[in-house]
Amino acid sequence: MPEAILTGAPARTAERAGPAPLMPLAARGLTLEVGGRTLIDGIDLTLAAGRTTMIMGPNGAGKSLLLKLLHGLTPPTAGRIEWGGHPLSPAIVRRQAMVFQKPVLLRRSVAANIDFVLRARSRRDRARRDALLDHVGLLGHAGQPARLLSGGEQQRLALARALATEPEVLFLDEPTASLDPASVLKIEEIVRTARGGGTRIVFVTHDVGQAKRLADDVVFIHRGRVAEHRRADDFFADPASAAARDYLAGRIVV
Amino acid sequence: MTVKLLGSATLAALLAAGAAVAQDDAIIVQSTTSTANSGLYDHLLPMFEEETGIDVNVVAVGTGQAIQNARNCDGDVLLVHAKPSEEQFVADGMGVERFDLMYNDFLLVGPESDPAGVAGMEDAQAALEQIAGSGAPFASRGDDSGTHKKEMSLWSDTGVDPTAASGEWYRETGSGMGATLNAGVGMGAYVMTDRATWISFENKGDFDILVEGDEDLFNQYGVILVNPEQCPSVNAAAGQTFIDWLLSDEGQEAIGAYEVDGQQLFFPNAGA
Amino acid sequence: MQAIGQALALALSLVLSGDGDLLEIVGLSLRVSLSATLVACALGLPLGALLAISRFPGRNAALIVVNALMGLPPVVVGLIVYLHLSRAGPLGFLGLLYTPTAMIIAQTILITPIVAALSRQVLEDLHGEYAEQFRSLCLSRTQTVGALVWDARYSLLTVGLAGFGRAVAEVGAVIIVGGNIDHLTRVMTTAIALETSKGDLPLALALGIVLMVIALGVNALVQGLRMTATRQAYA
Repeated sequence: MPEAILTGAPARTAERAGPAPLMPLAARGLTLEVGGRTLIDGIDLTLAAGRTTMIMGPNGAGKSLLLKLLHGLTPPTAGRIEWGGHPLSPAIVRRQAMVFQKPVLLRRSVAANIDFVLRARSRRDRARRDALLDHVGLLGHAGQPARLLSGGEQQRLALARALATEPEVLFLDEPTASLDPASVLKIEEIVRTARGGGTRIVFVTHDVGQAKRLADDVVFIHRGRVAEHRRADDFFADPASAAARDYLAGRIVV
Repeated sequence: MTVKLLGSATLAALLAAGAAVAQDDAIIVQSTTSTANSGLYDHLLPMFEEETGIDVNVVAVGTGQAIQNARNCDGDVLLVHAKPSEEQFVADGMGVERFDLMYNDFLLVGPESDPAGVAGMEDAQAALEQIAGSGAPFASRGDDSGTHKKEMSLWSDTGVDPTAASGEWYRETGSGMGATLNAGVGMGAYVMTDRATWISFENKGDFDILVEGDEDLFNQYGVILVNPEQCPSVNAAAGQTFIDWLLSDEGQEAIGAYEVDGQQLFFPNAGA
Repeated sequence: MQAIGQALALALSLVLSGDGDLLEIVGLSLRVSLSATLVACALGLPLGALLAISRFPGRNAALIVVNALMGLPPVVVGLIVYLHLSRAGPLGFLGLLYTPTAMIIAQTILITPIVAALSRQVLEDLHGEYAEQFRSLCLSRTQTVGALVWDARYSLLTVGLAGFGRAVAEVGAVIIVGGNIDHLTRVMTTAIALETSKGDLPLALALGIVLMVIALGVNALVQGLRMTATRQAYA
């Protein structure tokens, strides 16, 4: 099977000269207030093309919220987001995909979960569906009810479903938080393949080892602000902020 | 897509279900529960329908509601038992003409214990006065039916206003004859009923006829064609055919021949 | 107690004898109430779905109204439908009064709020789970509703059953707009009311038992369907 099927966007973007590239992402003064509390506090962030960015930070720092803001699931109370110089729009969201910490699977068979997304994008395609399932190691489970899969299998299915949309940007919100080590490595392998195909990865994690394995750059969030945004090697070797130093050293960050 | 599918299924269901709409050779008779519950129509209609091919659909409600339904043009023939109201109906132009059809009589029924001691009395008014005086329970239709109207006119002759004791010994069920009899039997209350309903009523318990035979208890049924000039939907030809048949010798004989437990329920008196 | 034993025996002999009148009445009951359920689902499901996934001014008021309408008294529904379908009413020209269609209309009005309110709850709960994923996929409103209805289909079957149960059991509405006309609009409940008013309580009770058995049968059928399908594709 053609490898491009499994990795997401680039094969398509190459054929398709039409839409402007999504990257870089530019967020300016991004703010989210809920019930008088400022959860995201004037974040400025620029992400370049073709990398894996890991978003880290203590609980409650606003990592997941930042992801939702960037993906357009939550509207900011102030600030703006531009993808490739264009404000966030449904057309842009359609070129992205997101995998949640707790996979949201339809009450249908494994195969039907993929079919659903392919159909929503008007590309019903059995071969493609089977290729995706094979890629995440679930082809043998195609006919089973999706919600009877194990946690790791469910997350791989969610990942396959996200890849079915051939996303140019893939957001992952702690997708391996509650999985066993083998499942974690499988997921990372799939993500790495997608990244290799040119899909831009934005990945929230608490797992320092995982971040070291996958990251090109790290955005460290603390109290709704970007504490630092650096190349991964530099960040892990010598974190600049006190919060990141405490976090990496396993101390409680307040 | 699901919605569309449901939509067409709906339409199909409605069409299929609506197929049984009354056809041309059918009429609706607005009638009273006493005639229907006694089984009279089950006796008469097969003969008439076989002879004429006209389907007769009987709606059995209280006389008051039957007349109101007919005033709304929701029937072709009115067959009830409240002469003053029927004459008013014709006088208002809603009915073509009223004909006497048949009669029977009203009865006062009550429990064997007969707390007011009215058993065997022949004067209905006196019996009612005695019941009121004793405070023994009395169940009334209270539904503006022919029987209820009759009962109220008897009370008004006695000078007693039973509604003043409503909820005490005087209990208005607001229901049909059968339901009122069920209630009366259930609480041991006297009930005024037409003879036809009583004879065919199957839940008599220890109740029996206590007062009968007073001229005041005479119960006359009339039949009226709803005026097609007021109600264009009336199937006048078929309705008139039904009335003519009821009033004919054949129809009158059929009415007289109807018996339950060996007792005649209605006495034909057309043209009497 | 003796009456109940008598009624049971009578019910059994009625069913076993295959009494033509009984079959006709049972058939009409099923036809009218199943049709009403189908129409009520066609109207109530989209309404419930709309209320489940939309946020608009007055939505709370709409929810209160729909929930309150679940308690519509059948007699009131019957009366309102009567006033419309009566020859003297605005829709009298249709000539629908005292027909099965009129009964279907009345029962539909009676149970559509039930279907709408219950399906709203079912779909809203499911939507709470799916909403972010669906927004991430940029699904249209139609796609969202379609997916919710499909995934909730077994719960929605129960919603339909609740509607059917209410329709097949009510007497107040159908007796007014149907008129309980023998061989035309007589259904189980109006027949029971009639036999009760004739004082034939054992026959009334026997008919009631037959009605309950039918309701039981319909529910068992749907439950069986649901369990088979669940085993195959759903968890």
